[in-house]
Order: sequence, then structure tokens, then C-alpha cells
Amino acid sequence: MNMSKKTKNICTAILILVAVILITLFDNDVIGNAYIKRVLNLAAIYAIISVSMNLVNGFTGMFSLGQAGFMAIGAFTVAVFTVPAESIPSIFYIEPMAPWLAAIRLPFVVALLVGGLIAAVLALIIGYPVLRLKSDYLAIATLGFSEIIRIVFTQMQTITNGALGIKCIPGITTMWVPFGAAAICIGIMVLLINSSYGRAFKAIREDDIAAEAMGINLSFHKNLSFAISSFFTAIAGGLFASLLTAVDPKQFYFTLTYNFLLIIVLGGMGSVTGTIIASFIITGGLEWLRFFDEPLSVMGYNIPIFRAGLRMVVFSLLLMILVLFYRKGIMGQKEFSWDGIYNWIMKVKTRLSRKKGGA
Amino acid sequence: MDRQVLGVNDVTMQFGGVVAVNNLSLHVNEGEIVALIGPNGAGKTTAFNVITGVYAPSNGQVVFKDNVISSNYPHGKFRKKYLGEQETMDKYSVVKSMTPDKITKLGVARTFQNIRLFKNLTVFENVLIAKHMRSKANFLSATFRLNYKEEKQNRDETMELLKILGLDDVKDEVAHSLPYGKQRHLEIARALATKPELLLLDEPAAGMNPQETVELTQFIKKIKDDFNLTVFMIEHHMDLVMEISDRIYVLDFGKLIAEGTPEEIQNNQRVIDAYLGVQQDE
Repeated sequence: MNMSKKTKNICTAILILVAVILITLFDNDVIGNAYIKRVLNLAAIYAIISVSMNLVNGFTGMFSLGQAGFMAIGAFTVAVFTVPAESIPSIFYIEPMAPWLAAIRLPFVVALLVGGLIAAVLALIIGYPVLRLKSDYLAIATLGFSEIIRIVFTQMQTITNGALGIKCIPGITTMWVPFGAAAICIGIMVLLINSSYGRAFKAIREDDIAAEAMGINLSFHKNLSFAISSFFTAIAGGLFASLLTAVDPKQFYFTLTYNFLLIIVLGGMGSVTGTIIASFIITGGLEWLRFFDEPLSVMGYNIPIFRAGLRMVVFSLLLMILVLFYRKGIMGQKEFSWDGIYNWIMKVKTRLSRKKGGA
Repeated sequence: MDRQVLGVNDVTMQFGGVVAVNNLSLHVNEGEIVALIGPNGAGKTTAFNVITGVYAPSNGQVVFKDNVISSNYPHGKFRKKYLGEQETMDKYSVVKSMTPDKITKLGVARTFQNIRLFKNLTVFENVLIAKHMRSKANFLSATFRLNYKEEKQNRDETMELLKILGLDDVKDEVAHSLPYGKQRHLEIARALATKPELLLLDEPAAGMNPQETVELTQFIKKIKDDFNLTVFMIEHHMDLVMEISDRIYVLDFGKLIAEGTPEEIQNNQRVIDAYLGVQQDE
């Protein structure tokens, strides 16, 4: 049971058109409000980070938890280089910014790319010794690295303004920036995954000994995947800084990485489309469940468990249920396809009609 | 015809106090089918792992054509603990060990005793991965499809190979869903896709019934002629070994106890003793 190629193309075109129309409507404040826009922007940025994390964890099969650190690199690069020169003295009021740094002001896009490159180079430097490790050990090493980055940023008073962070970063004015960046970054990663290098990554995931016997240089390919992942994570980190217009090292605590881990586990390790869907569900879900944090009174009686923090409890419970019953996540290792949807609808249809026939 | 392809010289592989392979020397000439046999735990697979670079030997040298693949001698803290043949200890002074991927690139391909396919990838992808090693594209040109000519050529070659080996009808199936015999074939196909000169087969007939073994015998002969290969294999099925090998090496407790043509091996008393045991009271 397959759809013809023409119908598939039409369906894809319709989907893209709907997305474009929706973004345009949101952007011009026809529908939604600033809050929804912000959540959607955040979800798009999280999608970039999660897909790049999936490139390492789901496609190359390395358990890396350094995402928050690389995000911090990107965020601070954008923050440091794009803060307007006139507001630097008021931000760096304890210790002034290093003069050589204050002299360099970069456009937003250039700063994003510089942040990505710095992250990629750092990833190569730590990747060379660290990527020989496997599974849990690699996770601990990369987690440690992300903490080191955070602490270093807290200490570099003249560059990152230390624990005070940097404010007044020029913000993102249109939804096209995060969504466009997401489309480009994820598009490039999908192209990479489907190229012969992507196949080599998958081979390493499936069986590294056999991959090496097939002539795949393990250390080179692992480092490559790690560096590319860090590059895109840092770019998303830069967008994140620009979206929030303020960064401080505390935001990049290692628990931030777990958000992305949740997204890729929920979406499916080794599925790009699953990851994108999951990043919207998780980012949206975290916001939607906010009503649990507010006090609730029923008939004048204040229910005591409804207080700040319950949201995370409920969220964790939902995730536990999900991991118990949907171990492979939404998509597993599959990708979204119109055939898949079509077959699924057909399956449901036949099941329904069979039920009717039986009764 | 007598050009040496593979030379294993005085190789000892020691794991702590266990000497898995002890002073093994053997050679494989161009165009031969050579078998390595021996009882369980004799060190055959360890010998294969040394040849393919999974382990660096404790002593000795492995040569493929004119390239030294790995070479080592017991030095430093390993010298005191060395348990292999003492007289070959100082013969090699070079320390070198190539990684498995470089050895594969030189033209040595192998299969594994317990099948190691890329389980969740399709048959076609499994074989196509072997082409990655020789493709010249860097990751940027591969990402942006600037290497489409090379990619198309790789795909065509893979398809051709699958047709020759009779796997084209299952090319879109996921590797782990194949029946056992086909999985073995696929592993050999994948090794052939690396364009090897020397093919190392680690128990290709393990777990096969007599009928399948006969088919495999034909298959090995066929690929040897079609692809101009030299074959070196470990095998337990004596029918297969005796039928196709030109020469046989016999290992027991890490030591080489016999070598020769199938007839010589069949009549060798030490080999019979190693397999059947020695009668004590005589």
C-alpha cells in the first residue's frame, strides 16, 4: 500500500505551505500572542539542539551529555560580540570588559558562526581523548566538560561578566530567524545523515568492531560527528541568547542537557522527525502544565499539593509512563513518511471495520 | 604463483598470564585457500584478531604483501612477564600496529565468528558502507551532494555485487530479519565490497547444516575465482576444510603442531592426538 509520488509531493507542499502561513500569521500578530510566539521560538531552537544531540547519541551511538556546555559557548559568543558598544559600560559595572574584546563588534549571523566554530574546535580538542570512552564513561566525561565550561564562564569576569551575565543582547524580532535557522541547520544535518558519512555513523552505532573492519576510521568519524553536533548546538545556543536577550552561566547548568535527552528519548533515538515533534511537545508541555504550579482552591479549600514545583512532578510522571510503555519513543528509528501515515490510517480503518463486523 | 601475500612471523599474543598464541609462524601465498584448524580454545580467532589489527601482538610481526601491519617485541615492563618462546624475543625491534581500518584499506577483509552485521540497516546499506572507505569526498562535499557521481558509482557497484552473490532480491530487507545462512552470505558480501586481496573467514560454516555447508563450499570456490582472492579461513567442518584447502595449519594450545596438504594432515599423528586425545596407559 503506497501513495503515488505525486500525491506525496502535494502533501509535502501543503504541509510546508501551512507552516509558512502559520508562521506569517503569528509573526504579524494575527493569531496568538507574545507568549505563544516565545514558546514556539524556544521549541524551534530546542529542535536544533536536540537533532544535533541525536546526531551523536542516536546516529553515532555515543552517549554524550555535553550539550549545555556547547550551548553556553554559542550563547556567550553571541552575547559578547553583539552587545551594543554603548551599553557595555553599564553591563560590565564591576569590572570593565577587556578592551580588545569591546573593540570587536560583530553582526549577529557572524557571531553565531564564530560561536559554532569555537564550539567545534573545543569539541575536537576534548573529543580526541574522550571519545575513546564508551557509554556511561563518555557521558560522565562530557557532563564534566559542560560543567567546566560553565564554571570557566562564571570566572571570566572581564569577558563574560562572570555570574552577573550579559544583558541587553539585541533580540530576535521575527519568528523567521529561529524557524529559518532550524530549517537550515536540521536540513544540513539530514543531508549529512543520508550521505555516506551518515551511513558510516550508523555503522559505528550498530557495531563499532565491524565498522572498523569495514575500513571506517573510528576516531575520525566519532570526532567528526561530535564536532558537527557541537557546531549546531552552539549556533542554537546563540539563538537562545538572542531570544532571551540575557544570558548568565547559571542557565547552562547540566540539568539543561537532560531536557534535550528527554526530547530525543521521547522522539526516538535515531529519528530526526521524531526529535522535532518531541521538542515541540516537551517545550509546549512544560509551559502548558504550568497551571499545576499555581495554587488551586476547590470550594474555598486550598489544595496543598498545588504549589510551585508540582509541574515538574507531573511532567516526570508522564515521562516515566512514556518510557515504560513507549520505550522506543514516538518514532523509534523510523522517519516520518506519508506512506507511514497512510498505512497507519488504513490499519486503524480496518481495525474499526472489523470491530463493527464482529459486533 | 608463489608470491607471499600474508606472513605471520613468530607471533605471540599474551593476555596477562595466558599465552593465547605462542610463536606462530605461517604464510599464505597468492591464490591459495589456506585453512587454520584446531580444537576449541586453540587460539585461532586470536590469531585472526592479531592479523586484522584488533590486538597488537606481544611479540612478532605480521606482514601483508610488502607492508608491515604490526610488529612488536616484549619491552619495558612486559619483558619480565613474557611467557612466549624466549629465543624470538629480540628478533624484532620495531613497534608498530596499524588500526583495523587501515589494514582493511590495504586489502585485507574479514568476517566474524559470531555474525556482526549492521543489524538495523538494510542489506544494501550494509554492503554500501564498505564503499565509504575508498570514497574521496570529504564530509562537506558529501553533505551537499557534490560527490553524486562517486555516490552513484558506489551504488551501482554495490548493486552489481549483490546480483553476483544472489542477494539482490533481499536488498531492501533489514539485515537482522534475514535467515541465518543469508546473514553469513551478507557478511561475506560486505567483506568483498571492500575490494580485498586477502579474505579472512572466521568459521564461515558455523551453525550450518550439511546441505548449507556444501553450498558454502561452492560459494567460496566461486568467489575466490570471480574476485581473484586469496582465502585464509578458520573452520571446524572437516568436509569443507579437506575439500577446498590447498594447505592446512593446525593449532593446539596456541602452538602450531602441523602444517601440510589435507592428506598429510589427515595422517598426522600429532593432529589426531590433539583432536582425539592421547591414550595414557600403553
